[in-house]
Amino acid sequence: MSSDYELSDNEYYDEEDDEVMYVDDDGSASEMDVDFRISPASKSKSYEIDYESLTQAQVEKLIGQDVEDISGIFGVEPDTASLLLRNFNWNKEKLIEKYMDNATSVSIAAGLALPEKPEASSSRFEASSGSRRPTRRSTAEQAKSGKAKILERLTPPADEQPFVCPICFDDTQTKTMALACGHKFCTECWSAYTTSKIRTEGEHWITCMAEDCKLVATDEFVKKALGSDTSAFARYQELVVRHFVSCNKNLKYCPYPSCTHTVSCPSGASKSALTTIVPIVGCGANTAHKFCFGCNIDADHRPVVCGVAKMWLQKCQDDSETANWIKSNTKECSKCQSTIEKNGGCNHMTCKKCKYEFCWVCMGPWSEHGTAWYSCNRYDEKASIDARDAQSRSRASLERYLHYYNRWANHEQSAKLSMELYSRTERKMEEMQITSDMTWIEVQFMKKAVDEVFKCRMTLKWTYAMAYYLEKNNQKELFEDNQRDLERAVEELSELIESSIDPESALALRQKVTDKTVRLPVVWQSTGFDHLHLS
Amino acid sequence: MAVSSRRLQKELREIKENGTPVGITLLQADDFATWFLSIEVLGETLYAGEVFALKFRFDPQYPISAPAVQFVVDDYYKAPVHPHVYSNGHICASILGSEGWSPVLGVISICITLQSMLASCKERKPPPDNDGYVQRAPENPKKASATYP
Repeated sequence: MSSDYELSDNEYYDEEDDEVMYVDDDGSASEMDVDFRISPASKSKSYEIDYESLTQAQVEKLIGQDVEDISGIFGVEPDTASLLLRNFNWNKEKLIEKYMDNATSVSIAAGLALPEKPEASSSRFEASSGSRRPTRRSTAEQAKSGKAKILERLTPPADEQPFVCPICFDDTQTKTMALACGHKFCTECWSAYTTSKIRTEGEHWITCMAEDCKLVATDEFVKKALGSDTSAFARYQELVVRHFVSCNKNLKYCPYPSCTHTVSCPSGASKSALTTIVPIVGCGANTAHKFCFGCNIDADHRPVVCGVAKMWLQKCQDDSETANWIKSNTKECSKCQSTIEKNGGCNHMTCKKCKYEFCWVCMGPWSEHGTAWYSCNRYDEKASIDARDAQSRSRASLERYLHYYNRWANHEQSAKLSMELYSRTERKMEEMQITSDMTWIEVQFMKKAVDEVFKCRMTLKWTYAMAYYLEKNNQKELFEDNQRDLERAVEELSELIESSIDPESALALRQKVTDKTVRLPVVWQSTGFDHLHLS
Repeated sequence: MAVSSRRLQKELREIKENGTPVGITLLQADDFATWFLSIEVLGETLYAGEVFALKFRFDPQYPISAPAVQFVVDDYYKAPVHPHVYSNGHICASILGSEGWSPVLGVISICITLQSMLASCKERKPPPDNDGYVQRAPENPKKASATYP
C-alpha cells in the first residue's frame, strides 16, 4: 500500500489494474463487482474486515444452542434455561458458576422460584447431604413442579366459588392463569397486560401482575397469555433476540428501521481494534443497510476512525440549537453509553438498558450516595469549571472548525445531489442510446461514473473531519495533497457527467468518462484514505 | 363496558360502602376519567395539619397501565414541599411508573403509599432540580419519562 504514494499523476494503469475495472473489451457488468464490493476472494487488506450477516432465525438458532446447553447441564426445561440465561445477560459461564454454587438463590433472583419463607425444602436438602448435586436437582424439581402448577392453574377451578379477577372485577370470567406464585388473574387481564408490556414498553421480562411479585413468565406462558395475537408474540421473540444481541459484543442489530438482521463481526468488537480499523458492515437484508459496527453511524465514515467520527459529528451538532438541547437534557449512561433523556423524576437514575444505577448530577454510581437525599455536592465546582472551559475553547476554535465544516457539509450536499443525478443519468443514457449507436451495456459507463463520484465524495467529506483533527506537520501536508488530488479528480469527472451530449462527441465523452472513472479508484487508493487513520 | 370503567366502578362502590382509610377523602368522582381525593398526614409529622389534593387521570388501559397522579396546585391547594414532589405537583414515586406499578394496585392504595411517603419525610426540601424540571415538564406527569428511586 505504501507504494501507492509514489504513483505519479500520469500513471493511469499500474499493477493495481487487474483489480480495477477495465470496461473496454467485453464491458460486462460483472467487473463492477470486483471494484465496488469487498469480495472475500480478493486479496485481503488491513482495512477490510470479516463479518457475517445473520437473519433473526439464525440468531434464534444461536440462542437455542445456549438454551439447550444450559437445559442439559442443569436438567431444567428449555424455557427455564432461557429465563436463567436472560437474567445473566446470556453470560453462560457466570450462570453455570453461580448456579452450581447456589441454584436456589439463582432461581429466586431470576424470578423462577418463590423466595422460601421458612426455608423449608431447600435447607432440608442441604442438611441431608452437603454436596451440590441434590441442591441442583431440588431446584430442577422445584422448577418442574412450578410448571406443573402453572398448567394446573390454567384449567378453571371447579370446586371454588365464582372467581372474581382482582384486576377487572369481572365475575363472568371463568378462565384464569397464574404463575407458580399462584396469583390468579383472568386470561383477558393477562393478555392485556402482556401485550402492553411487549408493545408499549418493549419488555421481554414479564413479571407477575401482583404487587412486588418477582416471578417471571416463561415463553410458553407468554404465548398462552397472548392467545391468538401471534404478532405480539413475534415481537416478544424479537425482543428476546435483541436482548441476546445487545449482550453479545460480537453481534450488532441492524440500525435500519424495522430491519431484523444481525451482523456478527468479532474483529470489530474490541475497543482497541477500533483505533486501527473502521468496520463498515452490511446486514444483508438490503444493500443500502450499511453501517459501522464500531459505532452507531449508519454510513461509511472511512478514513476516519469511529472515535474521531463521533467526536466530529458531536462537534457539528454542538454548534446547533438541537445540540444545546441535547446537551442540557441528555447524558450518556457511564456504563453502556446509551443516551438518556431525563425530563422528570429525581436524580437517581436507572439505565433502562443495562440497569446501571447512577446519579444524574455527578454521573457517579448511586451506591456512593448512600442515604443522602438526592443531593450531590460533588457537582457544582468541577462541572461549572468544565463548562466554562469548554465554552472558551469552542469559541477560540470556531473559525478553524467552520473552515472544515463548510467543506464537509458541501461534500455531503454534493453527494446528495449526485443521487439526484442518478435519475438524470438514466435519462441521459437512454438519450445516448438513441442518438449514438452505442448499446445499453455500452452506456453503463455513466452509471459507474456516478457511483464512483458518490463514493469518493463520501470519503472526501470525512477527510475534512479528519483534517480538522490532524496536527500540522509533514504528514498533514501529504494528507492535504492527497485530498486535493482526489478532490480535483472528483470535480473533473463530476463536470464531465453533467455536461450535455451531442451525437458526434458521445464517443469521445465516453472515452473521457471511462478514463476518469478508472482513474478515480486509483487516486482514491493512492491517497490511502480507505485505510489511513489517525495514529 | 370497558375494563377501566368496570374496575373504577368497583373501586368507587367499595369506597362508598366501606369508606376510606383515615386521612383520605374522596372529593370528586363524577366520571371514569378524572378523580380528586384529598390526603392529610396524621400524627407528628412535618406535614401535620396540612391537607393536599390529588388528581387522578385514568386512561382506557387502566389498571393495566398506571393512572396519572399529581398533587393539585391551585388557589386553594398547594403541593407538599418534599424531595420527591415537584412544585407543579408532579410526583416521583416508583409505583406510578411502569416498573413499580402493578395492576392489583388502585386509587386507595396509591393514596396510602403517598401518605406514608409524606409521613416518613425527614426534611421539607424540594427536589434538587425542581426549577429546571417544572420549566420543561409536560402537563401530564405520565408523559415525563423518568426513573424512580
